[in-house]
Amino acid sequence: MLRIDQLTITAGSRTLCRDLDLVVAPGELWAVLGCNGSGKTTLLHALAGLAPAAAGRVTVVGRPLAGYSRRELGRTLGILLQREDQEFWGTLADYVMLGRYPHARSLFGWSAADEEAMARALAAFDLEPLAAQPYGTLSGGERQRARLAQLWAQDPRLVLLDEPLQHLDLRHQLQTLELVLGAVHSANRAALVVLHDLTFAGRCDRVLMLYGDGRYAAGTAAELLQPGRLEGLYGCRVRAFGSGPDAHFIPVI
Amino acid sequence: MFRLVMPVVIAVIAIGSLFIALLFGTLPISVEQVFDSIFFPVPGIVDDIIWKLRLPRALAAFACGGLLATSGVLLQVLLRNPLADPYILGISGGAALGALTALLFGAGIAVGNLAALAGAAGAIAIVFALSFRAGDWNMHRLLLTGVVLSAGFTALISLLLTLAPQAQLKGMLFWLMGDLSHAGASGFAWLVLAASLLVFTLLAGSLNALALGPLKARALGVAVSGLQAAIYFGAAVATVAAVLLGGSIGFVGLLVPHALRLVGVNDHRWLLPASALAGGSFVTLADTFARAAWAPQQLPVGVFTALLGVPVLLFLLSRKP
Repeated sequence: MLRIDQLTITAGSRTLCRDLDLVVAPGELWAVLGCNGSGKTTLLHALAGLAPAAAGRVTVVGRPLAGYSRRELGRTLGILLQREDQEFWGTLADYVMLGRYPHARSLFGWSAADEEAMARALAAFDLEPLAAQPYGTLSGGERQRARLAQLWAQDPRLVLLDEPLQHLDLRHQLQTLELVLGAVHSANRAALVVLHDLTFAGRCDRVLMLYGDGRYAAGTAAELLQPGRLEGLYGCRVRAFGSGPDAHFIPVI
Repeated sequence: MFRLVMPVVIAVIAIGSLFIALLFGTLPISVEQVFDSIFFPVPGIVDDIIWKLRLPRALAAFACGGLLATSGVLLQVLLRNPLADPYILGISGGAALGALTALLFGAGIAVGNLAALAGAAGAIAIVFALSFRAGDWNMHRLLLTGVVLSAGFTALISLLLTLAPQAQLKGMLFWLMGDLSHAGASGFAWLVLAASLLVFTLLAGSLNALALGPLKARALGVAVSGLQAAIYFGAAVATVAAVLLGGSIGFVGLLVPHALRLVGVNDHRWLLPASALAGGSFVTLADTFARAAWAPQQLPVGVFTALLGVPVLLFLLSRKP
């Protein structure tokens, strides 16, 4: 689904990640972990073709990233940005509908399939009652769900999520986690998720750790989600409660 | 409901504004005479005034307003700045510098228009060349380059005005304020208006996505760099066509799109055609007023677009949402 060869990511004069090799297979959910500023967002932007990487190759579904037109890529790969800096003029439904942009056959107006995808996405994130509300009047958590719903309407096979749980209440964190797990495991998609929530990370199949100094570690969640590893990554003491996918990690104060 | 009412209201206003433009002027002509002249033309003085004077003038005013409003919508999306208007990127400054230089040397309208075209093309090329670097087009740099260049043009224009002999001064000032009394045939302007409306209404979905910001638009599958270049040159051509016809008629490109947004027209599929019609009606009415209010004295239309526009926009801004 996604193949990364010798990818190097820089920010200014710092090399955040050097010679990254990674293969993401269909049905795999990856957690991307690291400190603030360690290059998680920059990596996701490079994979989505939004920012050039310093070196290396990215192959999406068998084709190099550079071989896609922007619209084709939008049908295959979708990204939830960590930050959006613009108010939106329309209703929540208008906003979610823009996720159908890469699928729209005519540049003017939407098809019945687009309307259906939009309605399904609204339902998935409990947004139906808010559909007709102006986007600008929504709360932070509601906006986060609206962005997730827009990505769901876009319906890409490879999903990049940058801190999907930010601003969400407990129930919607859980709901989002389940929707992502379902989309990846039962519908043969693949996803990379940037996270600070280690409970969610424990539910992922594999983990990529970025140390921010060029080093990285990739492996199964069981291998990498160990207190010793996490202490090396975050630079603070960590204690584990429970084991396997149900493990919880708490920083030691 | 709203989506049905709005197009009807705007279409009625557009046709009404053209009718009013035929009705008023130095010579009083009644409503019946206007209808007679339109549907049963009989050669005579009334027919001549309506068909040879007032209608061409009204059509020129309408095309001018439509072009400026369309250009305003496009630049506000491109620069993602609510203060963007057709003149912010120095296009009108370049055109004015060219036209005024020609007027200073006593050139006729044709040479003046050519000089304005050359000045505008120069400004468009300079701004584009300075702000576009291979594959990376920063809108802040574009905006600042345009604003700085405009300031330079303003200084040169002030210099020309101080050096100009008395005989040329009034014509130069009218050009700067926006004046349709010398507007020639508006066929070319209508062609540009129709073409830019067609192209950008078809691209309205992309404009809607671009309004969310260039990064987000690319994530949704918009080829942003190409779209931005298309918007820049589309807005530039629309502005040049309007400026060649009526000089720098101010405030239309800023006022009309914002007024429509404030009454709830935001989707670019509607906003673009609605702005063109509303902008056209607005300049047509302002120009009718400029012709008729102190007739036979003709006043520059640009003064009235601002005088009529400022209270309207202030009222809409102060309304409770």
